[in-house]
Amino acid sequence: MSFSAAVITFPGSNCDRDMAVALETVTGHAPLRIWHGDADLPERLDLIALPGGFSYGDYLRSGALAARSPVLKAVSSAAARGVPVLGVCNGFQVLTESGLLPGALMRNESMHFICRDMPLRVENAESSFTNGFVTGQEITIPVAHHDGNFFANEETLDRLEGEGRVAFRYLDSCNGSRRDIAGILNAGGNVLGMMPHPERAVDAAHGGTDGRILFESMLNALAPA
Amino acid sequence: MKLRIHVSRKPGVLDPEGRAVHHALEGLGFQGIEDVRIGRMVELEVADNTSDAAIEEMCRKLLANTVIENYRIEKVA
Repeated sequence: MSFSAAVITFPGSNCDRDMAVALETVTGHAPLRIWHGDADLPERLDLIALPGGFSYGDYLRSGALAARSPVLKAVSSAAARGVPVLGVCNGFQVLTESGLLPGALMRNESMHFICRDMPLRVENAESSFTNGFVTGQEITIPVAHHDGNFFANEETLDRLEGEGRVAFRYLDSCNGSRRDIAGILNAGGNVLGMMPHPERAVDAAHGGTDGRILFESMLNALAPA
Repeated sequence: MKLRIHVSRKPGVLDPEGRAVHHALEGLGFQGIEDVRIGRMVELEVADNTSDAAIEEMCRKLLANTVIENYRIEKVA
């Protein structure tokens, strides 16, 4: 079965290659590499990935300028059609800045850049990104960010919780995120933003392979029932 | 026309940068500091006929993230 993915690269992205390697390793198909200035995306895609990094040098706010780049219009319309969109780290920041996901990612409460393996709990194992996990499963995926402190007002947080849209939660306090939220889904369940880096946990040499399950889940979601 | 856009965190939104600066000021021996909040100021030079609506839109669409930030528009000259 073919798996047609696109990895978007912004000036300053630095996890785009890791994302492409992880996708090819798990799906067996090399993803398209798309430049931020491209206004069009292929009609049929099984995944659009917004990678980690420091797009536009984190100028103004992390993800703010990437969220207004030409390709994001195409990403938004694809997301509206139901195409799965995965934003990791800076990609998550781009998704909140573009309004595809609610909330905002602020400077870590400690003010420190945090780079470490992070234990997480899978809160929703029914999405097309997480069906290979079990709800409540504890996994370890590395984080590496300065602006991962998830903020949303109480009403939004309650709605996210009530609708099962919190995908992952930190088990240890990490960055000051409201309710220890590490990753959230949009209302349609086809957009996932997360601060931890699943593409850095797909090979035993990475020190863990829990991230692999996320990519396998996306393959499962495509498989005919 | 010269504009200054003052962007600040909404009340109730944690400002870790302000808190770190608060501690640093106290470390220097300054006393009686109740709170420190850090914001951003953007200076714009725009055509004189730029409408208020357009300026508001610039603030809402890009210069401030209204989930966490307020903005104030100051017309300098």
